[in-house]
Amino acid sequence: MKETPLSNCERRFLLRAIEEKKRLDGRQTYDYRTIKISFGTDYGCCIVELGKTRVLGQVSCELVSPKLNRATEGILFFNLELSQMAAPAFEPGRQSDLLVKLNRLLERCLRNSKCIDTESLCVVAGEKVWQIRVDLHLLNHDGNIIDAASIAAIVALCHFRRPDVSVQGDEVTLYTPEERDPVPLSIHHMPICVSFAFFQQGTYLLVDPNEREERVMDGLLVIAMNKHREICTIQSSGGIMLLKDQVLRCSKIAGVKVAEITELIQRALENDQKVRKEGGKFGFAESIANQRITAFKMEKAPIDTSNVAEKAEEIIAEAEPPSEVVSNPVLWTPGTAQIGEGIENSWGDLEDSEKEEEEEGGSDEAIILDSIKMDTGVEISNIGSQDAPIVLSDSEEEEMIILEPDKNLKKIRMQTSIAKQEKVPSKKPMKKRKKKRAVN
Amino acid sequence: MEWAMQVDKQIRTETGAEPETGAETGPRGPGCSLRHFACEQNLLSRPDGSASFLQGDTSVLAGVYGPAEVKVSKEIFNKATLEVLLRPKIGLPGVAEKSREWLIRNTCEAVVLGALHPRTSITVVLQVISDAGSLLACCLNAACMALVDAGVPMRALFCGVTCALDADGNLVLDPTAKQEKEARAVLTFALDSVEQKLLMSTTKGLYSNAELQQCLAAAQATSQHIFRFYRESLQRRYSKT
Repeated sequence: MKETPLSNCERRFLLRAIEEKKRLDGRQTYDYRTIKISFGTDYGCCIVELGKTRVLGQVSCELVSPKLNRATEGILFFNLELSQMAAPAFEPGRQSDLLVKLNRLLERCLRNSKCIDTESLCVVAGEKVWQIRVDLHLLNHDGNIIDAASIAAIVALCHFRRPDVSVQGDEVTLYTPEERDPVPLSIHHMPICVSFAFFQQGTYLLVDPNEREERVMDGLLVIAMNKHREICTIQSSGGIMLLKDQVLRCSKIAGVKVAEITELIQRALENDQKVRKEGGKFGFAESIANQRITAFKMEKAPIDTSNVAEKAEEIIAEAEPPSEVVSNPVLWTPGTAQIGEGIENSWGDLEDSEKEEEEEGGSDEAIILDSIKMDTGVEISNIGSQDAPIVLSDSEEEEMIILEPDKNLKKIRMQTSIAKQEKVPSKKPMKKRKKKRAVN
Repeated sequence: MEWAMQVDKQIRTETGAEPETGAETGPRGPGCSLRHFACEQNLLSRPDGSASFLQGDTSVLAGVYGPAEVKVSKEIFNKATLEVLLRPKIGLPGVAEKSREWLIRNTCEAVVLGALHPRTSITVVLQVISDAGSLLACCLNAACMALVDAGVPMRALFCGVTCALDADGNLVLDPTAKQEKEARAVLTFALDSVEQKLLMSTTKGLYSNAELQQCLAAAQATSQHIFRFYRESLQRRYSKT
């Protein structure tokens, strides 16, 4: 499905509103939309909602052999998916420019900033390391994917616990969660992306643009920063020229926003940990608000299955007994067999009919040839028995032979045609066969 | 008859107090009960209809687009083109997802009145949020609720029910991942809401003729509960409070 284009009047309206320092959702220039973080029952699973933008994050791990040039380092892998659920314009299985850009930015923000201690993921140097895979699925697109995705990625990584391993000599033992408590990843800092949208060649600036605002913006500046105010990545796209002051101002704003978001993440993580420790209810079922009328819950429901056996007995009793089957296999053609009274195997049939057809075709042409022979009395003994008649029936000259009254002429023509046939016999029959297939 | 009585007794006396994962702590009582259900509709802004369906710890999010514009190559002149996409949580969709997509698609095809919207597309996108058993059944339920939310005309509602037969031949409804793993056979049915007729069935493992009929009868009984859940949740949704 195609994206619905933004009409000119909508565009003008949005730009005008921005000029008047107003946003359609009632936010101020530097306001973020509300961020909601909820965790799943598995470790390393979270959903981050940034306004209406929703991202699902899931971290998984696997023991693999390390890269040759990095023998003592674990592998980090990021994969952001733009599901069609998020917006109708996202096509499944296609790497769009936007997707490549977002994935690259995420990698730069999280892998290249060395926020995860990859050395601690090494089990046996040069042989076994942990590969940490971060899958991010965009569930609903309402602008600012990168901020939501970066929050989801870091939250999922913080929440994740990998199974404990021990090395004794050459043996690597993997412990299940029951045997030993899984261990969290060691995370040095939490880089978070903050997006700034610029309008009218950088005159106006908005934090956390929504989908509509993203469509009318001139340029985007993404700053990834941690709470220590260290810039991890900075990217400007859209081709706007920014002044040094603007970038500095943005980085100041980013510092404030990152501090706020980091605190929120930590609170959410602590909350989840507390609930898990106390043995309370957790998971996505708990994050559904009860007061919403669109949501509904049902407690465990016992199902009365006492009469199931009787019912089944009844149905079986009513059902007709299965028909008798022939148990000894029937051999139709060598290599094929049939058990029971089914439909005759059509495989053998097909081959037979093809053969018959070929034979028929051959004989037809032979008949034509015969009639020609009778008409003209030309000796065709030197012609290959199979190839010649096929060509004869096809050639235009043959028709002329029949129509021509003069016998001498016929002879000459016939001979020329025969000479031709002798030259090309290898090609023509092939064509003929192809034609046959097409007809079939 | 004697044999049937035996099975009956087994079902009645069964007490499955198995350790659960995550939030589902404590015994779940007899195997013939459903886990807690939860459903939220219209939670995504972009799709025409969306629903998240939870069965215990299993959770699936569904989004529906349609009836909408269709690609010329996929256009069908007398009915809507139905597409189902199932996205796994980790990695890219593989053969297992494709086969599930096909099962769900065929079930939807059976109930969606596509002839009312010729030359359009109806796309159902399913995202696995967490898999803790009975995933296909949960996918079917989520798809149905999302189709209802999108207002796609349907002949009937449908629901998915998973039954598992453990090594002793006991019937377990709505099994958890652990129960599914230990089971001798896992059967999933899709049933319609009008006559509880079978729309789709997929099975794995060994089971007898009688056991199949038992599972089907149990699924029919279960479907009543699920349809009641659908009805109550829709009633709540369209209520004023």
